[in-house]
Amino acid sequence: MSWNQKHLLDIESLSAEEIAAVLDTAREFKAVGERAIKKVPALQGKTIVNFFVEPSTRTRVSFELSAKRLSADIINFAADASSFQKGESLKDTARNLEALNADVIIIRHKAPGAPHFLARFLDSHVINAGDGAHEHPTQALLDIFTIREKKTHIKGLNVTILGDILYSRVARSNIWALRKLGANVTLCGPSTLVPRVFEEMGCRVTYNLDEALAGADVINLLRIQHERQRKTMFPGIGEYTRHFGLTRARLALTKPDAIIMHPGPINRGVEIESELADGNRAVILEQVTNGIAVRMAALYLVNGGSNDSL
Amino acid sequence: MPDKRPVLKSIDLSRAWRRVGHEIAEAHPTSDRIILVGIQRGGVALSKQLGKTLADIYGHEIKTGSVEPGLHRDDLSNRAMSKLLPTELPKDIAGQIVILVDDVFYTGRTVRASIDALLGFGRPRCIQLAALIDRGHRELPIRADYIGKNLPTHPEERVEVHTTEEGVPQSVIIQSP
Repeated sequence: MSWNQKHLLDIESLSAEEIAAVLDTAREFKAVGERAIKKVPALQGKTIVNFFVEPSTRTRVSFELSAKRLSADIINFAADASSFQKGESLKDTARNLEALNADVIIIRHKAPGAPHFLARFLDSHVINAGDGAHEHPTQALLDIFTIREKKTHIKGLNVTILGDILYSRVARSNIWALRKLGANVTLCGPSTLVPRVFEEMGCRVTYNLDEALAGADVINLLRIQHERQRKTMFPGIGEYTRHFGLTRARLALTKPDAIIMHPGPINRGVEIESELADGNRAVILEQVTNGIAVRMAALYLVNGGSNDSL
Repeated sequence: MPDKRPVLKSIDLSRAWRRVGHEIAEAHPTSDRIILVGIQRGGVALSKQLGKTLADIYGHEIKTGSVEPGLHRDDLSNRAMSKLLPTELPKDIAGQIVILVDDVFYTGRTVRASIDALLGFGRPRCIQLAALIDRGHRELPIRADYIGKNLPTHPEERVEVHTTEEGVPQSVIIQSP
């Protein structure tokens, strides 16, 4: 198998073969999750730290469950309860976590590159659970896993990512992964949130939703990230919904079997009509289920030794 | 340049594997509880072929499946994680006679991991082991119930079994370091 990485820091530095290795491994872990006994001993005796310096519930819970299904011990370390408020640096805190003999540190941080920074001086394996607006690799991998499960392949698919691209680490990780695997990526949203510079990543950028949806196989909706926007980037929620909200009428422009994805949490009636979110085209809850399988695969793969020792 | 040499002829191998089928039938007068489970990857095709032999003897189809030992290995930290292949079992294995099938029986560690993996699915009446090649050098107190060929080897050698797509054994190759 082609996986030979000590950490999972971003999608940008992975090869198409390495992405495929994660997806193939995740497929077997999904089968484990469907058994009566959902636990395997693969990471027995390993200690994993969920180091979340930015609030998150679903990603943290997903990693926690993934670690438990692999029989690892996992502890949660949330920043609000920690010594950051007492002035400790990120480096010192991470070293303290490693001094607990942590084998893996899963980090979420508002600063882009924080996981890469830790990986430079820690002996532990580091997994990026979202660093600012930079990357969120496991989210992209679970999105790709879900697409591949529904469409059987990625190459040549028309994937439209809709919404707040500028502030979205999910968008960046997805774009890297989709482009490496040969999908056609269209980005759409308010021009303030979808700068043309994304064309350099090989994407098509359009501000016309109808154009973005025409012939799409996959629509990935992103939430408007109020918390990351320092100033108002568009006139208002109502206007956003009018121009960029996904409705049944607009869905008719896509391919008839197009799927609707959303990394959550969804804002019903804003980026998506409430009924669509519950409809048979939406795979939003399957993404959550697949997230556990993909995160199990990531934890399993980074814990492996070197391929040379085989 | 590693030295590769074939050691057994295909006719001897396929006859030995058929004989294993007859030994299983001899040990189990009735077949209704037998499930053949191939250990990924080398045992899976062989288990299908063994199933055909048993179907001829018993007069009806024998259930087969596969088990992936990878997640239950005891050396996971020391090596790159192996590619995981499907565990597919025909039905509830509780109360059944599960016969594990592997191509090369060596340290016993893969068999141990496979037994662990199986027990996660239920409590079989018993688990037996059939292997085409027994190359010795056990590291655990595990033995096989049915053996095709005994093959003396050095621990540093590698033993490869090649079969047809249907699982008919074709050749055994010993590779010296």
